[in-house]
Amino acid sequence: MTETIVAIGTRKGLWIARSADREEWALEGPHFLMSEVASVAVDTREGRSTVLAGVKSWHWGPTVQVSTDGGRSWTESAERALSFPTDTDTALERVWQLTPDPNDVDVVWAGVEPHALFRSTDRGDSYELVRGLWEHPHRPKWEPGFGGGAVHTIVPEPGHAENLLVAMSAGGVYRSGDGGQSWTPSNPGIRAYFMPDDEYPEFGQCVHKVARSQADGALYAQNHKGVYRSDDKGSTWESIADGLPTDFGFAILAHPRRPGVVWNIPVQDDGERIPPGAQLQVQRSDDGGAHWRMQAQGLPGESFTCVLRDAASLDDAEPVGVYLGTRNGDVFASADEGETFTRIATQLPDVLVVRAAQLG
Amino acid sequence: MPSAPVRVILPGMLRDLVGGLAEIEVESPAESQTVAELLDRAFSGHRILDGKVRDERGQIRRHVKVFVNGEDATRGAGVGAPVPAGARVHIINAVSGG
Repeated sequence: MTETIVAIGTRKGLWIARSADREEWALEGPHFLMSEVASVAVDTREGRSTVLAGVKSWHWGPTVQVSTDGGRSWTESAERALSFPTDTDTALERVWQLTPDPNDVDVVWAGVEPHALFRSTDRGDSYELVRGLWEHPHRPKWEPGFGGGAVHTIVPEPGHAENLLVAMSAGGVYRSGDGGQSWTPSNPGIRAYFMPDDEYPEFGQCVHKVARSQADGALYAQNHKGVYRSDDKGSTWESIADGLPTDFGFAILAHPRRPGVVWNIPVQDDGERIPPGAQLQVQRSDDGGAHWRMQAQGLPGESFTCVLRDAASLDDAEPVGVYLGTRNGDVFASADEGETFTRIATQLPDVLVVRAAQLG
Repeated sequence: MPSAPVRVILPGMLRDLVGGLAEIEVESPAESQTVAELLDRAFSGHRILDGKVRDERGQIRRHVKVFVNGEDATRGAGVGAPVPAGARVHIINAVSGG
């Protein structure tokens, strides 16, 4: 029987919501109480029910926890699963992103703070620094965003193992065409309004999230003011923000099967990080960002919370499920592609990451 | 004549990781040892503790304290602080967070 799980990483632990029908939900947790869970991946490759979590204890530091039973029990490597090599004289601050690779069932990518990319070839048990990005000459000039300086987004390309895209705040988008050995900035068209001289620099953009449409390969990027689409794998970007209530936000999602269907979760402004008009909402486009419409049925008005960059997710059921978590500890689920939402969790700590998947 | 061993007392939050073990007894070498050397010896059979107490550079984590005979070594010489034979060393989670 297929089970939908929604892994909810928060400032103070991990919860997991489960459902057989996406209508009735049971909430389990907390796991890792009092530890921050900033990254989660559900690895369903080869029928697995593996969940990976980037966990950080205020006292005992960051680590990666692994569950092979859908998040019910967890193990941690006795040796450091993910750490910087001695010669870097650098300590891991936080694991921001965990991404199973679509081209190799044993590979998992990790994006971390400080700005670095790691690669696991044993399904996430241990990781090795990707030197090509770490030794990039631009690295000393990558600034930390408000939340820290990290590789927060990793976008592999199915069918092309050599192609990899990462995004970081505030370094921008970088791409590799050789599996991570060499990297080039890939931000043409993305405006960095906060730069004093050149608003279209080669790098330094504050990209918040990038999503790839598995249907047609289009890339969608939410930036610190600016929403963009790329139809050429990130070589160039064009604005798709015109029809949105605001160009600020963190999360962006692309439909796994239908070209042009994309969800954006707008935030009122850089200096007003609340939903537009205090109405928690999702904006949906069916034409690649040319037009947008609000989806808010079941989402609260008079809402002054915020949805962070990884606190939104899709499942791959038909119709697709849409999930989002808020900084005031609510999680909402839609089983009809965003038309109606129901609250599946409340009173949790700040939600940092939401990941949904079908198991079994 | 062998030196008196050092007792490393673990905080409650870490004991579950090592089967409920509350303290680790470490033989003292003939010459004096530093906190770093003591922790190397104490954690050699309990590898998971090393990543909890120290980062990969060998530094004591920011919100962890190591007391040697009641003195906070992390406010002094840190991992280079001397540990005399027979010392009682407490590893403590700092009173911090929110």
